[in-house]
Amino acid sequence: MSFWLVMLAGGLVTFLTRLSFIAAEGRFAVPAWFRATLPFVPVATLTAIIAPALVRTGGRWDLSPGNAQLVAGVVAIAVAAWRRNVLLTIVVGFAAFLLLRLVSPP
Amino acid sequence: MTGDPSPPRARELLGGAAAVAPLLVGVAPFGVMYGALALRSGIAPGAAMAMSSLVFAGSAQFVLAQLAGAGAPALVLVTTVALVNLRHALYSASVAPALAHLPRRWKAVLAYLLTDEAYAAAIARLGPGSAPGAHRHWFLFGAGFTLWASWQVSTAAGVLLGASLPASLQLDFALPLTFIAIVVPMIRSRAALAAALVSAAVALAGAGWPHNLGLLAAAVCGIAAGALLAARRAS
Repeated sequence: MSFWLVMLAGGLVTFLTRLSFIAAEGRFAVPAWFRATLPFVPVATLTAIIAPALVRTGGRWDLSPGNAQLVAGVVAIAVAAWRRNVLLTIVVGFAAFLLLRLVSPP
Repeated sequence: MTGDPSPPRARELLGGAAAVAPLLVGVAPFGVMYGALALRSGIAPGAAMAMSSLVFAGSAQFVLAQLAGAGAPALVLVTTVALVNLRHALYSASVAPALAHLPRRWKAVLAYLLTDEAYAAAIARLGPGSAPGAHRHWFLFGAGFTLWASWQVSTAAGVLLGASLPASLQLDFALPLTFIAIVVPMIRSRAALAAALVSAAVALAGAGWPHNLGLLAAAVCGIAAGALLAARRAS
């Protein structure tokens, strides 16, 4: 029962976060310095999720070539930088990951 | 769309759906993995499914399922969801001017659908400097609804397959991959590169911090680095 309350509260918090500036638009002046930070939001926030996912596996640092996440992640970054193609990046990155796991299972 | 100042609704809707489509290749396996993880964490199938429409935030749902499985108290669970999803306030700020003219109901629906993927797919159509259009919000709706529908289907598949999916499959690697596909093409300036590098460094340094605070610190530092560098180059 209490987990349903957690989900409801979590959902409400998420919705209100997403609604915040959309609902407030026009009611107060958003400072120019704040507007200037917005272009960097997706890059900074998503990178903050990506980096630990590649370098830390099971709560530990792993910078060895045996870390399939790290190697496949670097491959995906290279493909993304080279072709700027979302589909190709995900497919090649996942193929590299599965191949590495096949070659050396954890 | 050049030459036509206001594309019709249907074209905006389909444009949004098409823009988010490539991301679904990464979202679907992550959704399946969430469903399986939720069951392993002892969450009932009905609750695991309901979370996909109640919370509707991939990484937050994943963290929530992990923490719930570890027996974290309710307050920690809700606070973590709030922190993990705080970045969506900034997405909200960047699409807000394009949605200002809409009635409240539209704003509520679009806010509900404002995920990382929908934002990434639609920001070129709605963000600063994009071409105007009376029906631009349909583009965001097209991207957001397409993502919502595929998230429901893929998480349901994960709940149904459940225990038969070995955790060692690690399909959750699809999430960082999807984010790489979103982020890397966005890095077109030194300031954006600085934002990414600083964020990565702080995220790694703070990876062990409690309540995902490392994530928040990394985002703030990365955003500050990018904005400061951009301001210095402009002045």
